[in-house]
Amino acid sequence: MNIYPAIAANRFGLGARPGELEQLHKDPESALLAQLGGPSAKPAELSQLPRSDAVLAEVLQIRQAQREAKKKAGDNPGSRENRKYASVVRSHYVDQVGARVRHAIQTDYPFHERLVRFWSNHFAVSADKQPVSALAGLFENEAIRQNLDGNFYKLLLAVETHPAMILYLDNERSIGSGSMIANAGKRRRREQRSLGINENLAREILELHTLGVDGGYTQADVTAFAKVLTGWSIGSDRGRFRAGRPGAFLFRENAHEPGSQVIMGERFQQHGFDQGAAVLQKLAMDTSTARFIATKLVRHFVADKPPAEMVDRLTNVYLDSGGDLPAVHAALVTSKEPWQQPLSKYKTPEEFVISTYRAFDYAPDRAKNVIGALEQMGQMPMRPGSPEGWPDTAEQWGGADALYKRIEWANAMALFTGSRLNPLEVGKSALGANFSTQTHKAIARAESTVQGMTLLLASPDFQRR
Amino acid sequence: MLLRRDLLKVMTLGSLAAGFPGLMFARADTETRLVVIILRGAMDGMAMLAPYGDGNYARLRGPLALAPPGHEGGVLKADGLFGIHPAMEHTHSLYLQKQALFVHAVATPYRERSHFDGQDHLESGSSNGYFKRDGWLNRALQPLAGHDGNESAIAISQNTPLLLRGSQPVTSWAPSRMPDAEDDTLIRLQSLYANDPFFAKRLRQALDSQEIAGGMSGSRQGRGNQQKQMEELMKATAKFIAVPKGPRIAVLESGGWDTHARQGAASGSLANKFASLDKGIAVLQQGLGDVWSKSVVMVITEFGRTARVNGTGGTDHGTASAMLLAGGAVNGGRVIADWPGLSASNLYQDRDLYPTTDMRSIFKGLLAQHLGLQERFLDKSVFPDKKPVQMTNNLVNLQLV
Repeated sequence: MNIYPAIAANRFGLGARPGELEQLHKDPESALLAQLGGPSAKPAELSQLPRSDAVLAEVLQIRQAQREAKKKAGDNPGSRENRKYASVVRSHYVDQVGARVRHAIQTDYPFHERLVRFWSNHFAVSADKQPVSALAGLFENEAIRQNLDGNFYKLLLAVETHPAMILYLDNERSIGSGSMIANAGKRRRREQRSLGINENLAREILELHTLGVDGGYTQADVTAFAKVLTGWSIGSDRGRFRAGRPGAFLFRENAHEPGSQVIMGERFQQHGFDQGAAVLQKLAMDTSTARFIATKLVRHFVADKPPAEMVDRLTNVYLDSGGDLPAVHAALVTSKEPWQQPLSKYKTPEEFVISTYRAFDYAPDRAKNVIGALEQMGQMPMRPGSPEGWPDTAEQWGGADALYKRIEWANAMALFTGSRLNPLEVGKSALGANFSTQTHKAIARAESTVQGMTLLLASPDFQRR
Repeated sequence: MLLRRDLLKVMTLGSLAAGFPGLMFARADTETRLVVIILRGAMDGMAMLAPYGDGNYARLRGPLALAPPGHEGGVLKADGLFGIHPAMEHTHSLYLQKQALFVHAVATPYRERSHFDGQDHLESGSSNGYFKRDGWLNRALQPLAGHDGNESAIAISQNTPLLLRGSQPVTSWAPSRMPDAEDDTLIRLQSLYANDPFFAKRLRQALDSQEIAGGMSGSRQGRGNQQKQMEELMKATAKFIAVPKGPRIAVLESGGWDTHARQGAASGSLANKFASLDKGIAVLQQGLGDVWSKSVVMVITEFGRTARVNGTGGTDHGTASAMLLAGGAVNGGRVIADWPGLSASNLYQDRDLYPTTDMRSIFKGLLAQHLGLQERFLDKSVFPDKKPVQMTNNLVNLQLV
């Protein structure tokens, strides 16, 4: 077998399962292109999860009850309500991580799944902020997964209006100083302090989601865009902000800064929600955005130092197609570079763990063990810690201790499979032509299947994609 | 599916073990116990039990040869021909109490030199690797139903070794924390990484910072770690099988016996392995208390190592090795060996100790004499070779059965 099925399964996919290389063998390029649309039905593992609005309404209600209990009982951090909130949030998080991991292990559309993960990392909401941890996996399913079939604007709009993003970047209480709420508040002086604009979402959209940090925007653009986004909020059924459906996106007309705004030299005169949507549309089709996204995609799929020619090609495809994601994703596959470059990408811990399970054709029931292992290796699932998301170069993942943790985990997995799996067979079915003679030899000489499997999983062949 | 079921079992038993209130001794507990320790990697039988009295031994083994009894670093005398490795003092004292028995020049019917295949033969008990998917000890379990629906055998291991896999239900237990990788595995990884600076540099840094590098060259720290792990497993084993209605058979595994380089003689990396095995047996004995008198610990490996030392101070894959039976039930204080001798013409293919005893004759003897299984059943269901496997007699003190 030639090298191409191994490239298709490992560089574009999530690691080969037994039999996958044979399936890809005939025409790897077409097989990848056929995955672009994703599965036709909602994957079983994911369809069991609740919707984000229901989850958010639930946890907000618990938090509200907690606040009320606190008021009554004085400051008592160990109260039952407090613990309940943490445990409910945690159990949503664990369920979502488990479903996400099992789906990635089992999916027959690994290229599509890798794209889903690329984009949810591009639009990272980090689960270390409460109550975002109860929503991060749902955000990926609702905002990302369903919107890779159209243009970038459609995806962008879905992301920026998802409650997880609104909460993560603090836009739910961003209120224009000229809005109806602010004007009403000015009459009641004591409230003035808590009302105002929050720039966080606007800044990160420009810096991380669209143009990139050097994309040519100024602080004035950030401020103006933040005003545009005032009122992009979440529904609530209690208190002074009672409006809309609890836990769902809500445009609050009365929090929105009225009037036109100038961003990147263009005046936006639309009213209400349409104003923000128009800005997103402009940003989506900016040359800086096209280049920023093309660079990130090529870095993710091909090499830490993205080949310039390929970045140019994808930038042009992006601009020519109106930001059409299937066209851009297809251009990754039809480019020559991914098929020529050596597999140089150092797998992230998640990629390492998922590709191991795929090689074993085994999906663990208990997410807690996977979460624990990934935390040890430095990639607590869905918790990159910042809106920038996880890094995408070997240098940033390449700590000595992190490698040692991978070796320890590889050894633990090898002890777990014991002699039930033959490491030479697993190596062949997972790595194909990329299984080096050196690694093959080392495994054949190993003193036990456990040692052989440890060597396979820890080998440079297996740890790169 | 298999993987999943085993994992669930590991979980349940893990919590069960936590509930055992220390040691509970039987009142009317007459059942014998069997602990099998599989040494993976091909243990050097001529190092564990050195034929110091063979005229060719010292010359053949060169720097790896152990001195005769009474000399510095010398073997602990078993008889006029054989001596026990000096790191195995406890085993020697058991030997003197007639509670330890060695078998030498012993091998499975397997005559190639691959670890994986060798271990498959060792554990499946087959003469040709034919029934590869279940273990001889599992096949032997059928008449030994456990109490109250409990399993009669337990694997003290993260997975169930082939030896215990098969249609009879067994259980397993392993410590919950991530086990340390074997030093030997780390050494092999270093050489696998040698041509890849990214990995090589990071592994070296990691090992330096953890001072595992020191452990690899046989320093106290490394040995301490391995020894602790072995002791922990032995303690757990004792807890599980000492209980009157718990499993009566336990299987453990130990890696790191594939000593291709710098294995050492009276001291060094292999001596450390023997010391930790020896200490493990002592810990097991202590943990078993009275039950020790009804117990046999059998230490086995897939094949032996070359009779001659190789170019890197180690030994390569060979054929015959030695095995150890220890325990209060063992009819010990002796070595069973049809000694083939070590002259060049006596070596197997002019390189390995010649196998003269089929390891399975010991297995069969133990199953019959120690666990009370019928010979007909053993021939029909456990070792169903065309020509029945021989049986070694008098392995245990029969009055205890």
